[in-house]
Amino acid sequence: MFGYSMADIGNIVVMQGFSGLSMFTVLLLMALGLAIIFGQMGVINMAHGEFMTIGAYTTVLISKVAASYGFTDYYFVFAIAIAFLLAFAVGYFVEFIMIRHLYKRPLDTLLATWGLSLVMQQIFRSSFGAKEVSAELPEWMLGSFKPTPDIDIPINGVFVMVLAALVTFGVYMFMYKSRWGLRVRATVQNRTMAGAVGINTAKVDRVTFALGCGIAGIAGAAFTTIASTGPTTGTLYIVDSFMVVVFGGAASIVGTIASAFGIAQAQSVLQFFMTSSMGKVSTLLVIVTILMMKPEGLFASKLRK
Amino acid sequence: MSTLNRRGFIKGAMLGAMMAAGLVTGHAFAADYPTAKVNTTGLAVTDTTVKVGILHSATGTMAISETGSIQAEKLAIEQINAMGGILGRKIEVIQEDGASDWPTFAEKAKKLLEKDKVASVMGCWTSASRKAALPVFEKDNGLLFYPTFYEGLEQSKNVFYTGQEATQQILAGLDWIAKEKKAKTFYLIGSDYIWPRTSMKIARKHIEQHLHGTVVGEEYIALGDTQFGSVINKIKLKKPDVIYAAVVGGSNVAWFKQLNAAGLNSSKQTMLTISVTEDEVLGIGGENLAGFYSAMKYFQSQDNPENKKFVEAFKKRWGKDAVIGDVTQAAYLGPWLYKAAVERAGSFDVDKVQAALPGYTFKDAPEGPVTVEANHHLTTKLRIGQWGKDGQAKVVYTSDYIKPDPFPKGYQ
Repeated sequence: MFGYSMADIGNIVVMQGFSGLSMFTVLLLMALGLAIIFGQMGVINMAHGEFMTIGAYTTVLISKVAASYGFTDYYFVFAIAIAFLLAFAVGYFVEFIMIRHLYKRPLDTLLATWGLSLVMQQIFRSSFGAKEVSAELPEWMLGSFKPTPDIDIPINGVFVMVLAALVTFGVYMFMYKSRWGLRVRATVQNRTMAGAVGINTAKVDRVTFALGCGIAGIAGAAFTTIASTGPTTGTLYIVDSFMVVVFGGAASIVGTIASAFGIAQAQSVLQFFMTSSMGKVSTLLVIVTILMMKPEGLFASKLRK
Repeated sequence: MSTLNRRGFIKGAMLGAMMAAGLVTGHAFAADYPTAKVNTTGLAVTDTTVKVGILHSATGTMAISETGSIQAEKLAIEQINAMGGILGRKIEVIQEDGASDWPTFAEKAKKLLEKDKVASVMGCWTSASRKAALPVFEKDNGLLFYPTFYEGLEQSKNVFYTGQEATQQILAGLDWIAKEKKAKTFYLIGSDYIWPRTSMKIARKHIEQHLHGTVVGEEYIALGDTQFGSVINKIKLKKPDVIYAAVVGGSNVAWFKQLNAAGLNSSKQTMLTISVTEDEVLGIGGENLAGFYSAMKYFQSQDNPENKKFVEAFKKRWGKDAVIGDVTQAAYLGPWLYKAAVERAGSFDVDKVQAALPGYTFKDAPEGPVTVEANHHLTTKLRIGQWGKDGQAKVVYTSDYIKPDPFPKGYQ
């Protein structure tokens, strides 16, 4: 077939399948934090990418410390934890001084968070320099896993995949199996009523926002394995993040998962058969068409309007 | 005078002598070139100073790349001032921030030329910023020294291009890799904008017509895209002898990291890139690049005395961790070329300066001697560097001098 042997084609199908899955998990990690903030709270957080950058810089810095103290092999665990905590803390603070004053004005939040993203970018630039930096990866994360001599499964891809699964599971447990999650969902469904039964809705908002930011921090930490970190790294991810959340239906985590999977597979397959840019364009066309027919996204929340 | 004691008298005399000496060395030199004579067009040139603009992005996405250029230009200017300046006049820098926004470049160029009346400008980095500022330089008859290697297809009497144009960077590199690696099949990949597209067009023509090779794939990645899985699989299926790459920015890092993770490292795949300098290696990481080749006119590791002096001075000024890429070195040439041009012209007038520079050979350039041609580009050599894990390249090939040809016949 086209001058390639069956074995070649088999190998490519396996690797291509993996690259689709890998892209799916990357998109999912990007979008999860946003899905919580945008989906649950209706806040359009344009600074979401910068919270990822916080996680990424944290990882880079910790990798430097790790390199000098010789624990490069397992620093990533700490890096992810600290990235989460740091992004969570900054998110908590930002909600307190800015976001909470703007809940009733969604368009103003958009502008305010965009401004915030510019401020954060300049802070990164002033403190870490304008040049892109990379985290020093542990030896075991480099290279590929080879089930057969001709198939290469990138180990960093597997790592991001496992992490995405863990985070998704964590978010699910938090939202649907914990008291906190219950309060969050109650607040989303009916703020006044939730307040009336004694839920501190202001606090719920703050923690929800901070949690979304914290997850962005984890995503940022994970992305240091596939890309570099610079002051404007966040802007590379923000558009894709919004695309996934909007396409999935804002209020639904299942929707976010389904949408990330759909977009990733479509893009991955189309990019293989067309050129890279055309693959992307075609994917966007499909998304636009579907959104025209289903403006509320794939999985609309069944709320009484 | 009667109260003046002996010691006081000697002090006073020495002071007077020193002042006189100052007049002789500093002012007399400038006095050979009276301001009224060397500046007939109202530029910001006084008896003691000349204003020069620096116009790069210190903020925004492009700050990543342009910071090195700003540092190199400032270093060159400081060194020139330490030597007494240009025609006895110290250079005063006026720095403006293009902020990675092309219209801003035009606006700031206008401010520098019309309000500050700078005698020349070191600046611009991307082609887009140069194209935006160019009409201003042409209208106000300014002088721009532009440091980046770029796609060619441009020539203006108001611009000197201190980087390489596309054919200088591409042709000799392809010739080398075709001969050295007996390469027949090529996979071209670049970011999706004018420079990679023009470069790949030239590369494809050269591969097909002169090297009698085949281009098995040509691919452009949206700027900022970080997902290369599908492209890498395509490359694995096509198995090209050489990947010829011009991926830039954040994508560049993702590209090399994912290539390595997918098992395509330098032991399995030959790659020649025209978009990786020492600056990019910082982000990509030496371990992801080790063994791949870059085609540039300058590498920091070059072993000539001029370069050693330059690298030492640069690190002394900007920190020991500073790295110097191709464009940074080209930016360093700007102020020196300007100084030479003014001295050759004996005047700061733009028309005289730009007429005086072609034909000049700058012998002390860190990259080795370069000559300014009538088309305002430089005749330079091309070098192929092989990257090591430490983020430095070993120069494995140096071409003969290549004349610039911004409008290559048969390649458009």
